[in-house]
Amino acid sequence: MANSTLTDVAAHASAGKSLPARLMVGITRRLVIIVPYVWLLFFFLVPFIIVFKISLSVTAIAMPPYAPVLSLKDGISALLSDLGQLSFDNYVWLTQDALYINSYITSVVVAAISTVLTLLVGYPIAYGMARAPASLRPTLLMMVILPFWTSFLIRVYAWIGILKPEGLLNQFLLATGIIDSPLIITNTYTAVFIGIVYSYLPFMVLPLYAALEKMDHSLIEAAQDLGCPPITAFWKVTFPLSLPGVVAGCLLVFIPAVGEFVIPDLLGGSQTLMIGRTLWNEFFANRDWPVASAVAVILLLILIVPIVIFQNAQARAQEAGR
Amino acid sequence: MSPTWTRFNIVSVTLGFAFLYLPIVLLVIFSFNASKLVTVWGGFSTRWYVSLFQNQGLMDAAWVTIRVGLISATVATVLGTLGALALVRYTRFRGRVLFSGMIFAPLVMPDVITGLSLLLLFVAIDLDRGFATVTLAHITFTMCFVAVVVQSRLLTFDRSLEEAAMDLGAPPVRTFFQITLPVIAPAIISGWMLAFTLSLDDLVVASFTSGPGATTLPMKIYSQVRLGVTPEINAACTILIGLVTAGVIIASIVNKRREVQRLRDEQAAQRG
Repeated sequence: MANSTLTDVAAHASAGKSLPARLMVGITRRLVIIVPYVWLLFFFLVPFIIVFKISLSVTAIAMPPYAPVLSLKDGISALLSDLGQLSFDNYVWLTQDALYINSYITSVVVAAISTVLTLLVGYPIAYGMARAPASLRPTLLMMVILPFWTSFLIRVYAWIGILKPEGLLNQFLLATGIIDSPLIITNTYTAVFIGIVYSYLPFMVLPLYAALEKMDHSLIEAAQDLGCPPITAFWKVTFPLSLPGVVAGCLLVFIPAVGEFVIPDLLGGSQTLMIGRTLWNEFFANRDWPVASAVAVILLLILIVPIVIFQNAQARAQEAGR
Repeated sequence: MSPTWTRFNIVSVTLGFAFLYLPIVLLVIFSFNASKLVTVWGGFSTRWYVSLFQNQGLMDAAWVTIRVGLISATVATVLGTLGALALVRYTRFRGRVLFSGMIFAPLVMPDVITGLSLLLLFVAIDLDRGFATVTLAHITFTMCFVAVVVQSRLLTFDRSLEEAAMDLGAPPVRTFFQITLPVIAPAIISGWMLAFTLSLDDLVVASFTSGPGATTLPMKIYSQVRLGVTPEINAACTILIGLVTAGVIIASIVNKRREVQRLRDEQAAQRG
């Protein structure tokens, strides 16, 4: 029965039943698939096509603020001539202005560094949790998830009060005599790193914990019985076995971090150049929808490889759980 | 032998939780600060909570946010549960790869892309930006989180329960409502809660897709934070944190009670 589906069983059960009953089963099956499918096609896939189309348009002082507006109102020939106006000029523009190229490079570099930092901070936590007494683990797990339920914006906001020049961290360091003059942390990349590590830590810890928790501890014992020092046993046994968790955690941090807006905007200030902020400014400050769309398309192209790896990992995990 | 919990493990877990919770604790403490300076303690006071409730703009935004959250989480839960059923139960249908891609991709899609693309869709179909568009946008990105939560529960579901019901003559739809749904209900409830909090939390997608009269609380908080940190925002954040914490704790207590009840029922059944 491994591959049987609800409908197979149902068909088998209703084999002797009337035609309407079997029809019902078919209709239910279709609805279960079609309703979410159509929703996602319309609200997830179609918008991307529109973004791509608008990235080929030019800005116009009108509503909507781009041209041409493709529509069938003026007939097929008008639509076709409008199609001829589409061009890749916005993409050429992106390569000519250093602002955009620098934003992309900075975003990827900042996201990569933050991902490594999050892994370094998250691994000992996940490792410690996986080794905690079994009765304590559900509570620890809930405590990792709980901050995730509180607003992202609030958690980033909380750090402003801590990191700013007259903030709590500087007050503490000055009072204890560790430093003589306040550290400038807000509006630097350091603040962005701290913000990303803090906000995305649960995304790193959870997959790592899942991988470490189900690990067979007798493997470590075997290695140690054979004379392997604990550190070597960790690198030769524990770490390789936790790699699926490492990969999942790193992707869950890296991909959203590249396009992050709130953290660079609130903690990094105008000094930090990240593509999420550039896109936001292009859209809200410059009102240049076509260039904002082109920025989004390129961002998506940069992220497509990690996203596909992430999806494959998810699909494999799903197959393994079957 | 179970693994030993070494001092190193205990220290790293403790430090990790201190890092996760200290900023939130400080934020809550300073919401009761009498001083207008957020980081200088001037004595205990609840004046910021009073001024918060007199701030009509924030109250309106909170009301919009709650309505958007309730509607979008409920619709997203229905759609997400259907999506999870389609993914787990129907292993072969045309376009399944695209479908699973569309379920997983929004989980990691940067908010700015989701927000911009949905806004451009709403403009293209000439839908006025406001309450409805924010709600539609939130349904779309939260339903995928619901689908993933429900899917992981469905994967461990014991199918023989359904087979037994249908062998006894229950039609599939009735089997679904009487057997499947009660078993996956905890996952559906956590999916709903996740969708609701994601909706409450969202700044970027809402900023793109919202219009006049539909300013959400995060949008309001964001615009005030840009002007400077104020104790009033600390108070608003504390209330939100309190609500969410209470919700999570109540949910886990209810879950635990149900688990205990189930074990008792099973034992009673075995004693027969």
